[in-house]
Amino acid sequence: MALIEIKNVKKQYSSGDDVVEALRGVDINIESGEFITIMGQSGSGKSTLLSVLGGMNHPTSGEVNMAGVDIYKLPGEKLADFRAQNLGFVFQSFHLIQYLTAIENVMLPLAIVKMSTKAKAASARQALERVGLGNKLDRLPNQLSGGEQERVAIARAIVNNPHILLADEPTGNLDSKTSEEVMALFRELNDAGQTVVMVTHNPDNGKYSDRTINLKDGRVMVQ
Amino acid sequence: MKLHTISINNLKRRKAKMAFLTVGLTVGIATIVTLVTLTRSMSSDIERKMDEFGANILVTPQSNGLSMNYGGISLGGVTFDQREIREEDLAKIKTITNHKNISAVAPKVLGGIKIGAHDVLLVGVNFDSELKMKQWWKIFGDAPKADSELLIGSDTSKVLNVSTGDTVQIKGETFKVAGVLDQTGSQDDSLVFASLRKAQKVLNKEGVITLAEVAALCSGCPIGDMVTQIAEKLPDAKVSAIQQVVEGRLKALDQFKRFSYAMAGVVGFIGSLIVFVTMMGSVNERTVEIGVFRAIGFRKSHIMRIILLEAALVSLLAGILGYAVGMGGAKLALPFMAESKNAHLIWDTTIAFGSVGLALTLGVLASIYPALHASKMDPTEALRAL
Repeated sequence: MALIEIKNVKKQYSSGDDVVEALRGVDINIESGEFITIMGQSGSGKSTLLSVLGGMNHPTSGEVNMAGVDIYKLPGEKLADFRAQNLGFVFQSFHLIQYLTAIENVMLPLAIVKMSTKAKAASARQALERVGLGNKLDRLPNQLSGGEQERVAIARAIVNNPHILLADEPTGNLDSKTSEEVMALFRELNDAGQTVVMVTHNPDNGKYSDRTINLKDGRVMVQ
Repeated sequence: MKLHTISINNLKRRKAKMAFLTVGLTVGIATIVTLVTLTRSMSSDIERKMDEFGANILVTPQSNGLSMNYGGISLGGVTFDQREIREEDLAKIKTITNHKNISAVAPKVLGGIKIGAHDVLLVGVNFDSELKMKQWWKIFGDAPKADSELLIGSDTSKVLNVSTGDTVQIKGETFKVAGVLDQTGSQDDSLVFASLRKAQKVLNKEGVITLAEVAALCSGCPIGDMVTQIAEKLPDAKVSAIQQVVEGRLKALDQFKRFSYAMAGVVGFIGSLIVFVTMMGSVNERTVEIGVFRAIGFRKSHIMRIILLEAALVSLLAGILGYAVGMGGAKLALPFMAESKNAHLIWDTTIAFGSVGLALTLGVLASIYPALHASKMDPTEALRAL
């Protein structure tokens, strides 16, 4: 069984009398350890698909199964718990918390986990070392370059050893050299067994992934 | 890293906003502390003065006759010459259950005399207890020390054309005017005061008194109970509370109390609004941040805890500062507000803990809606990027 099974997922947004169909019946299977890039033009539904995949956006219809769990059938806050235990997010604009240092930002997902502060700090340090920022633990986000902030965001996403790492345009705000470094880092994480699903509009990023899914008008065109 | 680390670090980062919130709530709490402390201090001051100044219980002879007025106080009857209270009976007053609340007993004997061509009301008093009770008296000269000395009212002084150091003849005896009362605006202005013993002798009323005024420390005991207790000890006397003294002052104080509490309520409400608006603003500013928290798996309750903890920390600080500033304000304002110059500020732990508790309650209650609003934010919309 695939790690992620997306079955006939539809997502509609209502705006007054208008109904926008962002996803029109998407079926995708993703195996454990795969590196998938989702590509498509602006408005193709790729970000909506990622948010649905991330357990943050209830589909209008269809199922999203992860490791055998239909995540949108989880009651109440169990979905939040599922995100905390199984998913890691890397956002386009990094979305680091400005008043927290690099290591505190990385420790953020562990703030709601029952662990000793020492163990949390050790995990966060290890994650930052993995992304090459072991020497900048106590820097605030505004004391880091764009590439470094992206790495902190990646460290935050992997600190809880998630089953799936979701990334939304992670190189969207980076120059080409830094973008390549970041993509190489994602590849490195994937080589170590991390399942990665990445939304990108940059065709060059496709070469780092195992498979590219093209979306157009809310439908999968090529897998 | 725990949830409180996020709250504390956020407060440290948003210093200006949190300072504004702290100052807003501090001013509210300080105003409430000042009003409540002033009210309590003034109440205490007035109660003390009520205890010290004037009588609040009057013991008069039982009478079926028409009432006679003495300085606004109802006396036993118009024929007070006929019915008297035995002086030795007064000792029984000090045996009542609430005897510890009795500050002073001032017996009086009244009788008409002639000085020269003028009819004058002679009042025999125990000057020690009388002066203790009537601290508003201003005497030109001295208070009488010997039985042959008199204290006369200001009007009497003018009518008889006598002043301090002069002598007058009463029933063939010579008395020296030791002092003249400054105008009091009461019936005291037209009286002549002598020592109780001498007046009894002059009026041929040895061993008897006409009335007794009792000053009771009424702040801690119901005056009605004491009246009943004295009446039981003196069945032949009529014992009554001087209602206009007690109730008038209490009413004025009660009105001030109500005003203070109403003001405190309004200020508390404004403080809550400041907290509400600031916390709502803070939550709206942190939309993306809250979206990140939700995306990485924080529960709604975690978000609420972060917001409410921030509100609680600011409120705690505002409560402590508010108490300190409020007490400082009360200390500065009390001399201008209280009637007596030696009114002292009441330092009460109830107000200290109450102000901190009130700040916490107001701060947290006013932050519940912003916290709920934050916890219900849709992470997708909050992040917008997704």
